[in-house]
Amino acid sequence: MSDRLAVRKTYKLYVNGAFPRSESGRTYEVADAKGHFLANAAWASRKDARDAVVAARGAFAKWSGMTAYNRGQVLYRVAEMMEGRHAEFCEEVAAGEGLSGSKARAAVDAAVDRWVWYAGWTDKLAAVLGGANPVAGPYFDFSMPEPTGVVAVLAPQRSSLLGLVSVLAPVLAAGNTAVVVTSKERPLPAVTLAEVLATSDVPGGVVNVLTGDAEELGTWLAEHADVDGIDLTGAPAGRAMEFEREAAGTVKRVLRPPATEPEWTDDPGLARMTPFIETKTVWHPIGV
Amino acid sequence: MTSLFEYAPAPESRSIVDIAPSYGLFIDGEFVDGTGEPFKTVNPATEEVLSQVSAGSDADVDRAVAAARRAFTRVWGPMRPADRGKYLFRIARLMQERSREFAVLESLDNGKPIRESRDVDVPLAAAHFFYHAGWADKLDHAGLGPGPRPLGVAGQVIPWNFPLLMLAWKVAPALATGNTVVLKPAETTPLTALLFAEICQQADLPPGVVNIVTGAGDTGRAVVEHDDVDKVAFTGSTEVGRSIARAVAGTRKSLTLELGGKAANIVFDDAPIDQAVEGIVQGIFFNQGHVCCAGSRLLVQESVHDEVIASLQRRISTLRVGDPLDKNTDLGAINSAEQLARIHELSDIGEAEGAQRWQPDCVLPDRGFWFPPTIFTQVSPAHRIARDEVFGPVLSVLTFRTPDEAVAKANNTTYGLSAGIWSEKGSRILKIANQLRAGVVWANTFNKFDPTSPFGGYKQSGYGREGGRHGLTGYLKGATHS
Repeated sequence: MSDRLAVRKTYKLYVNGAFPRSESGRTYEVADAKGHFLANAAWASRKDARDAVVAARGAFAKWSGMTAYNRGQVLYRVAEMMEGRHAEFCEEVAAGEGLSGSKARAAVDAAVDRWVWYAGWTDKLAAVLGGANPVAGPYFDFSMPEPTGVVAVLAPQRSSLLGLVSVLAPVLAAGNTAVVVTSKERPLPAVTLAEVLATSDVPGGVVNVLTGDAEELGTWLAEHADVDGIDLTGAPAGRAMEFEREAAGTVKRVLRPPATEPEWTDDPGLARMTPFIETKTVWHPIGV
Repeated sequence: MTSLFEYAPAPESRSIVDIAPSYGLFIDGEFVDGTGEPFKTVNPATEEVLSQVSAGSDADVDRAVAAARRAFTRVWGPMRPADRGKYLFRIARLMQERSREFAVLESLDNGKPIRESRDVDVPLAAAHFFYHAGWADKLDHAGLGPGPRPLGVAGQVIPWNFPLLMLAWKVAPALATGNTVVLKPAETTPLTALLFAEICQQADLPPGVVNIVTGAGDTGRAVVEHDDVDKVAFTGSTEVGRSIARAVAGTRKSLTLELGGKAANIVFDDAPIDQAVEGIVQGIFFNQGHVCCAGSRLLVQESVHDEVIASLQRRISTLRVGDPLDKNTDLGAINSAEQLARIHELSDIGEAEGAQRWQPDCVLPDRGFWFPPTIFTQVSPAHRIARDEVFGPVLSVLTFRTPDEAVAKANNTTYGLSAGIWSEKGSRILKIANQLRAGVVWANTFNKFDPTSPFGGYKQSGYGREGGRHGLTGYLKGATHS
């Protein structure tokens, strides 16, 4: 062992491509699975959530306007960058989730592979979900998938990296921008993922990462008029129904939480992309 | 203005319909009396009472849901999919056979011109059944994931603007995918749904597969909030849609909503103006503007504004407002006194806020509910008539200079149901169509519908689609696209 004193990292929020502290100045202690201090994480406030929504809205035109091929390459780049910081993720996941080295490695591997899986989806969604409609008249009529807009994602509380990637990547692959609330007690891998995103050609504002309490941030995001959809996967027990009610005020698309957090190792299918995809149908006359 | 050609009255005979003095609810294959306070349905063109209709109480809704559940578990769920399809084909054919009866009844109860009920509402309703009939035994091939399964009992609440067509949009996909139905028609337009119940009997549809419970808001609430309903589908106002989404929150119920709209109809300076004017008229005056996807905000490029408005006024002056059963009628009656009051209120606010009202000279009938075709110019995006859904024959005209401004103004709304683009330039149309945040975009046409073509909104115009392969997903377990 070297006797060099380590340079520790300050864990901050990720908003609009930058790493600010919470405007509130609040932090909270993050401990490992055994209760030992790991770091102080930023405790995101209502104002931070609003700033994140503004950033996500601002980034939407650019991200959704990219070609699907380009978006796919950017998401693939995320996988490449994660691979390079594999050891750091393993350490954080093992500490936060109390996993053995091999289990933590498996989780990180799966998280990297999940980005690869979704990266390959961006330029196939239109073919799978859209198509021509044979209307009974002289019209060319076609339907195509489009992203819903700004999606708030309450990331799983238990699976701090694989779970997080499993809920975030589909939202991005569909072309949405995201405001993510991390696991409250296990937020560190999310901040490291934010550092990966910042160096992966993902435009600033496309993903905004808030560490803190999904209970309070969830309320504000569910009622926010400029949020178009919300994934309640990580909503604290007993609060999902209330968040869904608040989301109804602006007719948000709501992805309800599973009864219990899944293992995240199954084939994800399309089920996490389609809730945040709209179908647009365009008509044009033929021959007149 | 004196008209160049006078029209002789050409009324469609109403003798083809036989309206009973009173109607019960249709539960478990039979007409039964409701236990709620019965209500009257009137002809909005004359205020004549057409019939008295049962209102479903909580207990009635309970019975209807129980019948639907029984039918789902014992008959409709286990049935061979091909046989389910055959029932739907039968229904489509029966609707075609009795199409004139449906059309006359729809115009009597709703107030819409017979030309529309006869040529649009009823044929499209039959087409919806015919289209979905074919899906019943092909769901495994629809690309909606492995082994799609029905949800169970669907509770459906529909509006008064297209009573039979909205019934078809709801019932046909639900049945094709193996669900059973409790449908609540709108309070002011229950009659064609009750005639449809007769069709179900003629088709020998097993009892309980389709249940029709008439009534007002309370009946609808009982359907939506019933514990044994697995799926809720609603078409109506955004306000009611929000409250339904709230009521369904935290339950297992799957929900689709088709809500209000404030569609932009964008006319560029290179548009074919005569065609555009026809499209503007069709966009806002079709069905008296009682259309959620109506092109109620006209965005005209500044350089052609005067030309478009002059041409539009000329065209509107030739529209015939009056007897819905007259085959020459272009605009029928406003559906209810309540809706008429809302149109008056918003139009008055439009004037008070500084917009300029224009209406053609037109004589309105003495009795019934009427509103002349109306356009407001000098409308600013902040005006209520540019933001609120009027749901009547009232067009707000705004202008723009650049395509970017047109898109910004078009998207400056909480709604996102539909939009129109008029231009001769293909690349422009495709670019603008991409930028509009709306579920249906009509380019060089407007207000076109087809069972194969998914319909539904972005933003606060709701979620889920009706029609096409997409429309099936709202009625299937684990179906993976919307």
